[in-house]
Amino acid sequence: MKVTVEVNGTTYNHDVEPRLLLVHYIRENCGLTGTNVGCDTSSCGACTIHLNGESVKSCTVLAVQADGQKVGTIEGLANGEQLHPMQQAFHENHALQCGYCTPGMIMASVSLLEEIPNPTEAQVREGLEGNLCRCTGYHNIVKAVLAAADGKVGVQ
Amino acid sequence: MIPVAFDYKRAGSAEEAIALLTEYGDEAKLLAGGHSLLPLMKLRLATPSVLIDVGRLSDLSYIRDGGDHIAIGALTRHRDVETSDLLAAQQPLLAHSASTVGDNQVRHRGTIGGSVAHADPASDLPATLLALGASFVAKGPGGERTIASADFYKGFLESDLAADELLTEIRVPKSPGAGWGYQKFNRRAQDWAIVGVSVIRNGSTGVALVNMGSTPVRAAAVEAALAQGASARDAAELAADGTEPPSDLNASPDYRRHLAKVLVRRALEAAGV
Repeated sequence: MKVTVEVNGTTYNHDVEPRLLLVHYIRENCGLTGTNVGCDTSSCGACTIHLNGESVKSCTVLAVQADGQKVGTIEGLANGEQLHPMQQAFHENHALQCGYCTPGMIMASVSLLEEIPNPTEAQVREGLEGNLCRCTGYHNIVKAVLAAADGKVGVQ
Repeated sequence: MIPVAFDYKRAGSAEEAIALLTEYGDEAKLLAGGHSLLPLMKLRLATPSVLIDVGRLSDLSYIRDGGDHIAIGALTRHRDVETSDLLAAQQPLLAHSASTVGDNQVRHRGTIGGSVAHADPASDLPATLLALGASFVAKGPGGERTIASADFYKGFLESDLAADELLTEIRVPKSPGAGWGYQKFNRRAQDWAIVGVSVIRNGSTGVALVNMGSTPVRAAAVEAALAQGASARDAAELAADGTEPPSDLNASPDYRRHLAKVLVRRALEAAGV
């Protein structure tokens, strides 16, 4: 089936099998490998992307469901060399260890702040319940999201 | 994990979806948000040969005041149920129950109609809708019918919907100012409930249980005891009466019976019983 998907502002046209998962479409057809496959069972959140601006787990969406829709991935956040404030906040707060969960964590966090611009710590923790960090580095991840919400990034 | 190959049909209207269901019958499954169906297909526990995507029927995504009830389109996402001002005012138990489904990402995709039609006894919304005495509107080739929630759940993942019927609307009574409680016990964030309890207190008290049988079930003995003036503590002791809770890696049937009593008491107390 022919699909047209706008990924990070670029329009892609491909002929895909209906059973192709969106995460594989992004990685293999679009060549954007920043989105990771973790558990592949919609539990871990490593594959979190934005579909029409909202966080979703791309291992549980078919590429054909994204036909005609807007997809955002980790590669689309930065403005050239200028990191997105959430990326900057993760960097400054040491909010990553092995880094595997990081793209999904950041995409989920950006979506969370769209919905709750000034969350409490509890709201951040609950809002990220769908993202697992096997390094258990949650403390600094929560710190980073709160710093991004407060605009406290890029200030050393 | 990759699903077995299937044909993909995108319905442009409810009528087209019903026509496709009529054409393909048991071979077809409806795809809404896909957050119950796609995981089953990836595990190859479900292998439909045709998927009929109703996910774009935006005219079935709404939460409206229907006079004596709130009308919710079947394709309304959990996120929209969770954050609805109308439900917050008129039926906060349902909005809260929706907020406990999965996680943010899941709630951005999953739909109330998908959850109801999937008829999973471990899901949050079917039990809450049963406690509320909701009704469900289904459309088929022969027209439309309304099914009471008490008559809807037929067995494990089985509903009263015929193979050529599309669930279009969920109707919940209004109960502004009513007492309510929702208790969900799980071991990890975003998991299904090992046991859950939904309570609405609006004159009489409705109590329904999550994951205490092959379908969502009413705690009929608790409701009857409360109607005869029993205290919340005494009534909760009857929570497991008549239930056949499942056994799995999380819990034995005995453990679930114990949990049901504790959680029913807590939910009743939260509801002000």
